[in-house]
Amino acid sequence: MADRAQMRKIISILVRNKPGVLSHVAGLVTRRAYNVESIAAGPTEDNSITRITLVVSGDEQVLEQVTKQFRKLIDVIKVDDIPHELAMTGELALITVAFDPSRKSEIMNLVNVLGMSVQSIGLDSITLQVAGSAQRVDTAINGLYPFEIRAMARTGLVALPVTPAGAQ
Amino acid sequence: MGPDDKNKDKAPRAKAADKAAAPKAGKAAAVKAAASKAASAVASKAASAVKAIKASRAAKGPAKAEDILNGAQAIVRFLKERGTPLVFGYPGGAVIPLYDALYDSGLRHILARHEQGAIHAADGFARATGKTGVVFATSGPGATNLVTGLATAHMDSVPLVAITGQVPTTSLGSDSFQEADIYGISIPITKYNYLIKDPADLLPALSEAFHIASTGRPGPVLVDIPKDVQTAALSYFPPKTVPIPGYSPSPKPDPEGVAKLAEAIAVSRRPLLYVGGGAITTGVQADLLKLAEGSDMAVVTSLQAKGAFPDTHPLCLGLPGMHGPKYANIAINEADLIVGLGARFDDRVVGDVRRFAPLARVAHVDVDPAEIGKRVPADLPVEGDLRLALELLLATISPERKPEWRARILDLKAKHPLAVPKAGKDIRPQAAIKALSDKAGDGALFVTDVGQHQMWCAQFLSVSKPRRFLSSGGLGTMGFGLPAAMGAALGHKGGQVYAVVGDGGFQMTLQELATVRQYGIPVKILIINNGCLGMVRQWQEFFNGRRYSETVFGYNPDFAKLAAVYGIPSRRVDKPQDLDGAVSWLVAEKGPALLDAMVAKGENVLPMIPAGKGQTDFYETEG
Repeated sequence: MADRAQMRKIISILVRNKPGVLSHVAGLVTRRAYNVESIAAGPTEDNSITRITLVVSGDEQVLEQVTKQFRKLIDVIKVDDIPHELAMTGELALITVAFDPSRKSEIMNLVNVLGMSVQSIGLDSITLQVAGSAQRVDTAINGLYPFEIRAMARTGLVALPVTPAGAQ
Repeated sequence: MGPDDKNKDKAPRAKAADKAAAPKAGKAAAVKAAASKAASAVASKAASAVKAIKASRAAKGPAKAEDILNGAQAIVRFLKERGTPLVFGYPGGAVIPLYDALYDSGLRHILARHEQGAIHAADGFARATGKTGVVFATSGPGATNLVTGLATAHMDSVPLVAITGQVPTTSLGSDSFQEADIYGISIPITKYNYLIKDPADLLPALSEAFHIASTGRPGPVLVDIPKDVQTAALSYFPPKTVPIPGYSPSPKPDPEGVAKLAEAIAVSRRPLLYVGGGAITTGVQADLLKLAEGSDMAVVTSLQAKGAFPDTHPLCLGLPGMHGPKYANIAINEADLIVGLGARFDDRVVGDVRRFAPLARVAHVDVDPAEIGKRVPADLPVEGDLRLALELLLATISPERKPEWRARILDLKAKHPLAVPKAGKDIRPQAAIKALSDKAGDGALFVTDVGQHQMWCAQFLSVSKPRRFLSSGGLGTMGFGLPAAMGAALGHKGGQVYAVVGDGGFQMTLQELATVRQYGIPVKILIINNGCLGMVRQWQEFFNGRRYSETVFGYNPDFAKLAAVYGIPSRRVDKPQDLDGAVSWLVAEKGPALLDAMVAKGENVLPMIPAGKGQTDFYETEG
């Protein structure tokens, strides 16, 4: 059989906000050997419901199975596949960067250009925050290449479908 | 149930909402307080609660609002009110309150000799009756001993509720004595599971558990209940309905999909029904007969479906796949339409996906959408309840006979019959199973263990009714046979129950002979004793250069004598000429009995399609 094309997709899952739900979701990913690039969970407008956003990669058949298997979990209320082109995505990253005090102005310049904000600053390191689309976060991280990144924390992608035009 | 049920339903939810609103620390403190209070007050409260139950029973009325029970009593009362005929289990430290509540409750309990025995028995009971099986076990090792049974039931979609004790909530997570995270352990092998930390959640969880276990594609549900939740006082208000958002267990099939399927059957010249366990769950044998006969559809039945369509029917081709008869696999190879009904296109059925049914369009009707297209892509998918789908299909279809295909099926069966090999100096295992099939009679229910004898049972037992052939198909659990037969015998009405087991699997759970004897459970055990792990030995012979690594037992006890020690009538047979008489004896015995049939050692299960091969790549033995 020919190699099946690998794709990525964003899956947004609404689940009952109960203890153990994340174990069920994470357990499914492991036991079915799915390839998950990021997973983010957080509250929604209804506090009995949690939204979990996953970025999954695989071939078409695997990605279809992922959606169906998640739908099967008892705590899952709704599963939405959000095609990339129809997704509003957001992510946040905190990055601690080391710098030589002599290059302080250089790094401050980069911070401005990359649209990052300063969370804390010390003698030889600075912690920055960037938020926005995944692409924007990637750009910011890549832009820091002249410096040594000491630590980084990314939240993973969250997503909602684009509001259809005229729906305002 | 009385007219005041509506109010009863509302009360606990309102209460739960109040509790949820309270700060967490307060909740924890409340649980603690309730636990210690319960510990001191439990005896008197239990006594008064028992009185209350008795009073309400005497009044034959519904539960009174003032019924205060402890958690354990609530569990037992819940099971009784649901009409649970019996539970299987094994006590231990963390379920002492539960067993105390059971003590004079009148709920029938079968004391197994191992938790694995208890859960397989509950499984066998469920498979034989269609009712949800119930098993109790204690925390830690008691709960972990359920693992194989849960996985077995999960793979074969058997409705089961396992209730386990757990260390008190105050000790959770501290590696206490007999603490194991059975909630975490059982996630991948249950349909759903619970860890009850708040007594207010207990009854809603139990209601949900039974609902989830028994609806849609059934499966096992585990409810883990800490000891202090079992002793905590609570008001008895089981919710009548259990709304679970997003859970729609038996969706109606899309009429358009069914219409397409009807059309596909009409234009097909060589249609074949591939029937799975879903046909047993939904009890559709009458509709299957109508469908198959109306359009001359060949029928293959998966291991789980054996009996959903009569083995004796001319259109029945039996088991598809690895050890199915040649005619079943040749028919799949020639078919131009395969209609999967509540079957999961298992790898043992399909083999090489690319070479499976090369000429056929594939239709797949299943209540579990995730099964459709999982292994074999479906050209005609129908998601939904099988019973509804078949009703709709029969109403839509204009049946058209296909005499050429029918003739081909009959021809294939005549050309490649499954035959018992000729008698040699040793008993042929197939002959022993065939003899049992011939003598067992109409009401018989067969339970198998796992291995060679299981496949010979699939080949040579003639079964024509659903729920009369029980076997661990998906997980292939050795040790399933005897305890499952025990459970089946407690549920099966109007016929004998036979456990056909190998000497390997039998020794994994033979401690249950004591249970069989204690309760006089009328299980007839036929051991197909070849002194080795025959199926693995067969693979070693075929694929590993006859290097029989650890598959031949160097010692086996005399199982007939062993049974005698347990007080079970028994015989051993080792000569072909004595086989008939011995099997007749087994059939004629009233209570439990055991026949140890010493059979030829090197016998292989044939035909065989090696794993991952095409549908007609039959393994050819030398000579």
